[in-house]
Amino acid sequence: MQALTNRAKAVERRKMTFLERIYLWNIIKGMWITFKHMFTKNPTIQYPEKKREFSPVFRGLHVLNRDEEGRERCTACGLCAVACPAEAITMEAAERLPGEENLYREEKYAAKYEINMLRCIFCGLCEEACPKDAIYLSETFAPSNFNRKGFIYGKDNLLIPNPVTAAGDLAKAKGLN
Amino acid sequence: MTLLTLDWILLIEKLALIIVIILASLGIALYTTFAERKVAAILQDRPGPNRAGPFGLLQPLADGVKMFTKEDIIPSSASKWLFILGPGLAMTAALMTCAVIPWGGTIELFDRKIDLQIADINIGILYIFAVVSLGVYGIMIGGWASNNKFSLMAALRGASQAISYELAMGLSLIAVLMLTGTLSLGEIVKQQQTGWWNVVYQPLGFLIFFICALAECNRTPFDLPEAENELNFGYHQEYSSMKLGFYLFAEYINMIMSSAVMASLYFGGYDIPFVDDAHLYASIGNWTALIQVGVLLTKIIIFIFVFMWIRWTIPRFRYDQLMDLGWKSMIPLALFNMVVTGAVVLLKMNHWHF
Repeated sequence: MQALTNRAKAVERRKMTFLERIYLWNIIKGMWITFKHMFTKNPTIQYPEKKREFSPVFRGLHVLNRDEEGRERCTACGLCAVACPAEAITMEAAERLPGEENLYREEKYAAKYEINMLRCIFCGLCEEACPKDAIYLSETFAPSNFNRKGFIYGKDNLLIPNPVTAAGDLAKAKGLN
Repeated sequence: MTLLTLDWILLIEKLALIIVIILASLGIALYTTFAERKVAAILQDRPGPNRAGPFGLLQPLADGVKMFTKEDIIPSSASKWLFILGPGLAMTAALMTCAVIPWGGTIELFDRKIDLQIADINIGILYIFAVVSLGVYGIMIGGWASNNKFSLMAALRGASQAISYELAMGLSLIAVLMLTGTLSLGEIVKQQQTGWWNVVYQPLGFLIFFICALAECNRTPFDLPEAENELNFGYHQEYSSMKLGFYLFAEYINMIMSSAVMASLYFGGYDIPFVDDAHLYASIGNWTALIQVGVLLTKIIIFIFVFMWIRWTIPRFRYDQLMDLGWKSMIPLALFNMVVTGAVVLLKMNHWHF
């Protein structure tokens, strides 16, 4: 049969030489290998002090965006929930009342918006589906929690700080200062 | 009233020496556990423990606190007294060895010559062998009293391994004894101070002794009594808290003591290499003894490093390979070494010149 690659190697079944049989020489060779490793640079990153940089396409926890005036962009159209392959997103829509124009951008908004972070696979399809630029995947990843309820993120966890009334918090969340 | 004619100062002197040496060996053992982890880390390209204190130097203390605060479990089906006796025996046997090791020369203090050796008994090396073979009782009793199949199996392995390798160890030692003509460790070290170190005359004997010492200390590649993948955790599987700590600690003390014995037998003990110690005594007096202690400690540390280096390089032996190596390679080699040394010593005694 013709070999698929030229890398195949026949197994050697020769008898061991005397040097191999006394075993000591091979031990010394092995110890030389470990000895050389004493002088190699170790790739460890000292985690809490130094963090590894994410790639620009990293997909972490979601955020719900606001526009420049601090109004919520989400209109509860449900496209993200449809796009979600893990069915992690649920929402309830509500109508904007007169006098709430400074809170919500459009006439319809999400009264309840929940993402189950245990179901989410962080694929980013919700981000692509959103016609209003309301949902984005950030660079933080899900923190640990003691119970399952803690992983269901509501609007209070997802919404970014208001750029008008809480500009400092927003800058902090972006890691600017 | 013969009791009162005791040399009380000698008693105090020895007592102080005992306390210092036991505390020192405990302290060194404490930091050997740290060194083990650090050496492993360096050989495997990682930084190792570095969080507790500067460079992680407080890590052994943190480990100790952890050990002490853990729940101390005695299994209901265990033999209670033996279960408690096991770790204590392992620790005692490990610490008893340090009595006959010469840690340095003599210090002159208050017109007295103080030997830095607790007891220079004329059968020092025999004493060490007796105590070392007692050490296997720690493993045996611990494994037996746990009332656990795996622990018992580990204890059996430990016992058979210790017996097989002690034979080769003793045979390789006989060659040294024929060369030096004494059993006293102090005397053996003194002889090496003037001439060559024994390792020059006995390279094969040293190699056999070293391998057997690895086996006696249950260090990799001979750590079959604590083979995790075959026996869960070996003879200390049922142990927790400081009882487990004692077993682990005894292993490190054993390591230090066997390093000290090897240094004394083959590498000139506290002899400072390339320097005439007698001259040094004439010029700087007592400081010489302290330098000698430092030199012996350095030799011990080098040995311990080699122990660890081997541990993180070589995988564990299979059980039949272990027995093969012990009975079919080590003992014949040691016998051969003994016969050749005996012949050479005999010829020398009859004024043959080479």
